Formats: sequence, C-alpha cells, structure tokens
Amino acid sequence: MVNTKVTLSGLTLDNPIIPASGTFGFGYEFADLYDINILGSISCKGTTKEPRFGNPTPRIAECTNGLINSVGLQNPGIDKVIGEELPKLAEHYKKPVIANISGFSVDEYAYTCEKIDSQEQVGIIEVNISCPNVHNGGMSFGTNANSAFEVTKAVKAVTTKPVYIKLSPNVTDIAEIAKACEAAGADGISLINTLMGMRIDLKTRKPVIANKMGGFSGSAIFPVAVRMVYQVYEAVKIPIIGMGGVSSARDVIEIMLAGASAVQVGAANLVDPYACKNIIEELPTVMEKFGINSLEEIIGGSH
Amino acid sequence: MYQGIYSVVSNIKIAKDVYKMILSGDTHAITAPGQFVNIKLDGYYLRRPISICDYDENSITLIYKVVGQGTELMSKLEAYEKLDVLVGLGNGFDVSKSGDSPLLIGGGVGVPPMYNLCKKLIANGAKPSVILGFNTADEVFYSEEFKKLGAKVFVTTIDGSVGTKGFVTDAFELVGDYKYFYTCGPLPMFKAVYNATVTSGEFSFEERMGCGFGACMGCTCKTKYGNKRICKDGPVLVKEEIIW
Repeated sequence: MVNTKVTLSGLTLDNPIIPASGTFGFGYEFADLYDINILGSISCKGTTKEPRFGNPTPRIAECTNGLINSVGLQNPGIDKVIGEELPKLAEHYKKPVIANISGFSVDEYAYTCEKIDSQEQVGIIEVNISCPNVHNGGMSFGTNANSAFEVTKAVKAVTTKPVYIKLSPNVTDIAEIAKACEAAGADGISLINTLMGMRIDLKTRKPVIANKMGGFSGSAIFPVAVRMVYQVYEAVKIPIIGMGGVSSARDVIEIMLAGASAVQVGAANLVDPYACKNIIEELPTVMEKFGINSLEEIIGGSH
Repeated sequence: MYQGIYSVVSNIKIAKDVYKMILSGDTHAITAPGQFVNIKLDGYYLRRPISICDYDENSITLIYKVVGQGTELMSKLEAYEKLDVLVGLGNGFDVSKSGDSPLLIGGGVGVPPMYNLCKKLIANGAKPSVILGFNTADEVFYSEEFKKLGAKVFVTTIDGSVGTKGFVTDAFELVGDYKYFYTCGPLPMFKAVYNATVTSGEFSFEERMGCGFGACMGCTCKTKYGNKRICKDGPVLVKEEIIW
C-alpha cells in the first residue's frame, strides 16, 4: 500500500491533489458528481473585498492543449463568501480548505486576509498576486519583488494561518520574486498562475476575448510550470504548491520531483469534471509503476 | 449532469452546413427541453456545447451547424464512433408556463431545441404555433417534422424563397393569440422578438463557454435577477430578467 499523504505547513493532506482556484467554484457544485472529500484540499474561487462581476464576455478562447480565460476575478465579495459560500462548502467538504484572496491595493489584501482569518475551515490562505486579467490589479504586485514583499508582509501581519503566495509566471526571474515573498514571511509558494496569451478570430480579424488578452492555461503550459517549480525549489526553503497544466498522475509525480509538496489541478477540471477524482484514483498505480512508496520522499527528487 | 461514452448512430447533412447526429447512450440526466450536451472531440481542448433537439430513453438527437473547426470535425464522424459527452447541462425551458397556445420561435440553428419542447408541450395538451426563421431555402430544415408533431408551422426566409419573406417577427401577424412564448436564435432576432412579443416568455442564449457546467465563470451575464452563468443558470432566461 503506497502512501499518498503530504504535509503543507503542518497540515496533513490525504493526497496532494487540490483543485485550483477559479476552476472549481466553491466546490459544492462538484459534490453532485462525486464525494469531494477524497480531495487533498480545495483552493476556493478567488475572493476580493468587494463583489466583482468580472470582465465582459467572451471570456474564453480555445487553444491547442489549453484555453485562455479572462474571467476577471468574478466573485461575490468576501462578506458573501464567508456568509454563504464557505458554509455551503462546509456542508459537503469536511477538511480544511485553501482560501484564495486577491486585491487591488496592499490594504485590500490585508482587509480580505484579516476577514478570512476568522474562518475555522480555512487551513491555508493563498494570496493571488498574479492574476493577469485585471487592469491595475494583481499583475503589478506579482511582477515586482518589492511589491510582492509588501503584500506578503501586510497579509502576514493580520493572520496566524499559513500564507502561500501564488506567483505569476509572466516575469523574468521567478526565483527573485519567490525569495522576496519568503523574506517577507511567506509560509509557502504556489505557482504557476496563467501565462498571458491572446487569440485572434480569422473571420472577424478581432481578438476572440472581449478584453483582448487573458490567462493561458491547460496541459500546454505544464513544461513551463515544471521549470519554474524547479527554479523556485532551488531558491527558497518554504514548501511549494505546484500547478500549471497538471492533467494526470504522471504529471503530479513529475511536478513533485521538480519540487512541489502538493499539486493543484486547474484547467483539466473544466474539460473533465472528474479530473481530480481520476488523478487521485490512478495515483497509487502510477506510484507503484515508478517504485514510489511515499510521495513525500520524491519532493524535489530531481535536484 | 452525466458523463458518458456515447456511440454515433448516424450523422447526416440535412441542410446547408447543418447536420443531424443521433447518439445512443444514457439519457437519464436530461430533465427538460432546452438543455444541452458538451462533446469532447479528439484534438480539441474544450468541449463543444450543442443543444438537444430530441431524446428518448436511450438516444439523443443533435442538430448542429458547422461554424468552425470543431463542428467541422463533428460533421465527419461516422456511425459506431465513440464520443465522451456531458449530458443534461443547463436549466432548459419551463413547460409548465406555456398555457394552451404557446408560441415557439426558432431562428436558424436555434430551431433544434424547439423540437423536443414542441413535443413536450403537445404531450401536455397544448397547441403550439411554431415560427421557424432561416436566411434562404437551402437552410430550411425540420419544418415537416414540426408539422408531424401536430404544431401549426410558419416558415420565414429573409429572401422569401420559402414561406413568408422577412424575419420571424414578420410571421407574428399570422399567428393567433398566445399567452407565453419560447425562443432560441441569434441575438438580433432575440431583440426583435423581445420587442414584438406582448407576453412573457423564455429566451435560450448562447455564449462561448469554458466548462459548460458552472465551474469556470466563463459565460456569465448580467440579469435583473443577478449574475447568471449561461451554462448552468441558463441557457434559458425569462424575458423579464434580460438586460440587453
């Protein structure tokens, strides 16, 4: 019997599989499909201080082995998330969850973080400093080491829960940003968020997406994710949640070998609502195939 | 929602760029006319959402238009090929609101979901009138099938090559009294129908989708009743909630 348990900042997960923020809502809708308690954890839909409609539609463009989205952080706002969404999720999911928060100023990050800190079911706070969709938004924080440091410092000051900073891959030196977050007290790093991308419709000769550009995700970006997890693993001592195009148990093992302690599955959920379930079920067989007894042993194993 | 492997029974061209595909497989997840399926195609990352034209205990009829590379690939599928399909997506039409003589208005590739709706309404004892709008004669499909169900059918074509010349709204004067309507079609038609109708009714919308089952927020629209995901809270919206 192989051991799929992993640990993130003192939190033990039954397995490393976590649906990524923005691809799983607040989880409860997937409870109609399967018992979501099999998931290691759930990273909830990105939450901001105020409710947000997000960007105009079309928000989605298909790509080879992936898609571009420009949802723009649609969410009901922190008060409704605490009042309605998290309690609904708690009816179905009995394990600690990851709250994903975003903001448009350092103060907003701190405000939302402080509010979510009161929620017992939240085991980890994941801070999105990388969402590429919102003008003057997350992008600027995640692409600059100083602002990444500032946000991390501000959220750490208002919570005792572990804080994971979710990094943007749209940077020259991902290791430098990760180091800045670690220096500011981050408990872990999540990466990668989506890559900036764009599609143009040949018939209309206009961008497919109303907002022109969006975040590219899906299996096409997996090699970029592996590379960046590998680089960040060499740069910091805090744990990494790896993500970016993960679609199979083999991908899970590969990104863990690069340095991830746990793994988020994003775009794959949108193509196959059972993606996380399938990966969890195939994981033991694939572990056996590659002679892995315990997943914890392989973290960073490629270095 | 149900995910299953479905077998292509037949896939034939029925009008210009329009195909009819019959799939065999589990249909228990379909709960209302106007719902849709989401089909995985080899070589394409996202699924293709296609409205359900008709269904019975073990088969689904889809009528779709070739509009891009994905639907073109679909048009080439042959009998016995297997497809991974999500079935029973979306809210569908509310047949309980129809009244005795509902009006159904389908435009182009918006015609298919009207078919099972028409069938259900007739089974419930209603006497629907159906307006089917197309651009030209070579695009017309299913007018005979609707007649066979027992509906009063009015075809319109923009060039006048079949039926009434003009838009679906040009056939309104031919239709008797109605207390409720159902419609599916392109946006310009929707606006014309919205303005020409005197009663409440339901519109089945289309939008570029990511997942098709409410997870990604890719297809959200604003309504008077709050934000709605076309794929999950829609595709059918009632007239009173629509914001153009």
